[in-house]
This record gives sequence, structure tokens and C-alpha cells, in this order.
Amino acid sequence: MAKFRKDGNKKLPAISTASLPDIIFMLLFFFMVTTVMREVTLVVVVHAPEASEVQKLEDKSLVSFIYIGKPTPQLAAKWGEADRIQLNDAFAEVNQIRDFINIKLTKIPEYKRKKHIVSMKVDKDSKMGIVTDVKQELRKANALKINYSTRKVADTK
Amino acid sequence: MIRETPEINAGSMADIAFLLLIFFLVTTTMDVDSGIVRKLPPPLPANAPEPPKVNKRNIFTVLINSHDQLLVNGKIGNLDYLRKDVKNFLTPHVPNNPKFPETKQIDIDYIGKYDQSKGIVSMQNDRGTSYKTYIAVQNELAAAVRELRDELSRQYFGMDFKELLKTDKDKAKAIQKAIPMSISEAEPANFGGNK
Repeated sequence: MAKFRKDGNKKLPAISTASLPDIIFMLLFFFMVTTVMREVTLVVVVHAPEASEVQKLEDKSLVSFIYIGKPTPQLAAKWGEADRIQLNDAFAEVNQIRDFINIKLTKIPEYKRKKHIVSMKVDKDSKMGIVTDVKQELRKANALKINYSTRKVADTK
Repeated sequence: MIRETPEINAGSMADIAFLLLIFFLVTTTMDVDSGIVRKLPPPLPANAPEPPKVNKRNIFTVLINSHDQLLVNGKIGNLDYLRKDVKNFLTPHVPNNPKFPETKQIDIDYIGKYDQSKGIVSMQNDRGTSYKTYIAVQNELAAAVRELRDELSRQYFGMDFKELLKTDKDKAKAIQKAIPMSISEAEPANFGGNK
């Protein structure tokens, strides 16, 4: 006859956690590789407009960013409510753009300079006046490839 | 005699890795930068010759004023119809139809003889136009060209232009040549006053 033993001191074997660090390391490496550190602190508020015909920016090292928008609420008291340009970490004037582009170009190896692209991150409520000024300045600086940064939405038409 | 070294306890390794993991989780930004790509015209030299006159029927004008209203070919326009109008305008019309732009027959690799439209979309905005409207119009113009390219690409190569760009760059160039991105931007004016 079969015998059913029922003694209380039989415990489940403990699950080995030895491979837990490996799993965590795997996740860690994934995030380390995909992470992009925020390079600049924004001093203007930028809500990008929406568009459906967008292209991705491939190589970040070839891109210069120009931000245009209203100063952040903390800075509005000092800098006012009008739209402003931000280059790197600070407010800038239109005439500083040429230097900004030239400095960026020196950091790009020569054979890649033709691929340099300027990404304009402009707030959707900005006026075209300031954007046009920036565009004219970019023309003078010979930075002709531009990308109007937008959020991608599905085409509804 | 070799003394046996005591084994290092690796139990806290997971904790250290967790700490790093959480740091990267917090700092990571997954957003990919994307946007509408445009090419600016090169700066004009000081002694530039007069630009050649373009036949009026080859131009499709889109004006945006400081109240974000559209004037399309002299009539009040609407963002909803803009794409259809531009598509209609840029589609090559053969035989010659005076209501539509002229065409020029050119030879393109992979496609052969093709009647390329000479139409140009000219857009002009005011300094007071909002960026949102400007992008919306740019988007519609880009969409019109993209749809035309898609149609031609499907007709000749049986796939969308986007697919073609990934699979065969030379064929994609042929499509681009057949339907150029002919959008020109005039220097902004100040119609409608300052706002």
C-alpha cells in the first residue's frame, strides 16, 4: 500500500538568487547604452508643434540645437515675456548664432561637416518674426540644412 | 604554502547593480528627435543677377497673415483643402492645360521619359504668424509632395516611397527627380500690421 507521509518539517527548497545580479546587470547595460544625458538646461519653454511628415535626426553629434520660446516662469521676471533664443545654456541674441555654428563646426570632423544640421526647437506659440531672423542668420552662416523639431502624430487626412 | 583566500561575499552585488540601474532609469530619455527637414537657400551674393521671371501659371502662392489666415492663389484658403489643392497643382498635366503649370519632358533612369511639372509652391508668411500655423502649412505641403511620390513609386516600383528609400536609393532618387520638392519661401513681409 502506498504510504502518504505527512511530516511537517519538509520545506520548499530556496530559489537560488545567484543569477539575480546578472539579470540586473543586463538591464543596467541596456539603460547605460540607450541613455542620453540632457546636455543643456532649458531656460525657455518649448512645446513643439505637431506634424506628420517627420524625419528622424540620425546622428546627434552632427546636430546643433537652437531653442526659441518664452523664458521659464522663474526667469520671466528678469527676462520678460517676449520670445527669446537659447544657445547652449544661456539666452542669446541673433548675432551670436554665427559664432555658435562656427564653434560647432570645428568640433565636427571635416569629412562630416556637410552633414551638419541645425535643429530648431521652437515653441508652437512663438511668432515667425524671431524664427525668420534666426533663419536669415543661418543662411549667412551657411548652415542650410535645418530641421523644425516637431512631435510626430499620425496623419489624419 | 599557499594560503587560501577567503571568498568575497557577492551578495551585495545585486544591490550595487540596482542602484546604478535606478540611476540610469531616472536619467534616461527615450525621446527621439524628429522634425520636418528643410533646406534654406544659400545666401545671395551682393551682385546677384535678377532672378529669372517665372510664368505666372507655374506658381502656386500660399500667404499666411499675422492672424494665421491663409490666402491661397488669391482666395481665402483653408488648411483642410490645402493638401488636395497643392497635389492637384503639382500633378503633371499632359497635354498642355493652361490652368496648370507647364511640363517638361525629361529622361530619368528606371522611369524613362517623364513629364515633370514646372510648378513651384511659393509660400510667404508674416512676422506675426504663429509658428504652429507655419508648421501646419509646411506639413501640408510636405504631405502633398510625399503623397505624389508615393503614388508614382507605387506605379513604377510597387511600394511606397518610404519603403523604396530603404531598399533602393537609386530608384528613390529617380522618384525624387520626377517630383522635386519645389517649395520656395519668400522673405517674410509685414502684411496685416504688427500684432
